[in-house]
Amino acid sequence: MGVEQPKTLGSGFVTTSLDKLVNWSRASFMWPLTFGLACCAIEMMATGAARFDLDRMGILFRASPRQADVIIIAGTVTKKMVPVIQTVYEQMPEPKYVIAMGACASSGGIFDTYSTVQGVDEFLPVDVYIPGCPPRPEGLLYGLMKLQDKIRAERNTFGAAIGVGDVIHNKA
Amino acid sequence: MSDQAIVEKLKAKFSSEILDVVEFRGETTVTMKKEQIVDICTFMRDDFGYNLLCDLCGVDYLGKSPRFMVVYNLYNISTKQRIRIKAPVAEQDANIDTVSTVWGTANWHERECWDLMGIKFNNHPDLRRILMPADWEGHPLRKDYPLQGPDREPYQGRLS
Repeated sequence: MGVEQPKTLGSGFVTTSLDKLVNWSRASFMWPLTFGLACCAIEMMATGAARFDLDRMGILFRASPRQADVIIIAGTVTKKMVPVIQTVYEQMPEPKYVIAMGACASSGGIFDTYSTVQGVDEFLPVDVYIPGCPPRPEGLLYGLMKLQDKIRAERNTFGAAIGVGDVIHNKA
Repeated sequence: MSDQAIVEKLKAKFSSEILDVVEFRGETTVTMKKEQIVDICTFMRDDFGYNLLCDLCGVDYLGKSPRFMVVYNLYNISTKQRIRIKAPVAEQDANIDTVSTVWGTANWHERECWDLMGIKFNNHPDLRRILMPADWEGHPLRKDYPLQGPDREPYQGRLS
């Protein structure tokens, strides 16, 4: 009594199956934005290239934020770059996810200086942090798979898509 | 023309302006007063062919007086000669005349020097910040500027 339940479509067989369908499609076609800031971007390109081949996971880099689902913050974020990243992030359609790739994007890294943002989570909601300086492509792949796990664990995604309640984020 | 001959001619023309001449490992550095820097630079360009300003930078000698030094690294493309001219600038109302009328490239170099060192360049056509955001306060490459920015506690070393 008095405890307000979050508004959802419930957890019946049909709705959870529809959630699974939505989650499957979102996790299977994560399109990151073609966006790199520093040396991490080189590893990101290597991950996208033939040897590690992101395309096999349905991850294709998109050159427009309007078509992107994920933004991989790959590199050192300077304070001068913050309004640019915010603009690009706001241009992305929902649902959108953020990966902080590397030590700089996660915490400022070695650049503990006046010009560098000490972690991109100061102004963006980060879903996955990938350590490393820079992380190897395996590291980025693991981070992307962790994000897929997180997306698969979301509930009420179908309900949120048709305007009933919000997405419930569960632990992967 | 050798560096020594150039220095002799500089001494003859601007005898009251020269503060110091140093030669170290084949590099000649002439320290001049800042007041006639435009005339000196025009003279270097027109009479000795120093047609390229490789770099213009500011140096902060915190604790010394005058505090700043503006350094002009000149290059003669046809004879491949280099020379360095330095001009001291006082801390109080740090300013020096622009040489962007002598070498066009000085425009952006002087903007950088203003941005990071806070040395004003008089008569500069467009003295704005070039590297830091336009609304930035302070000049970060000054020795007394806190490394991690004015809004953060300075790093005290590892706690563990």
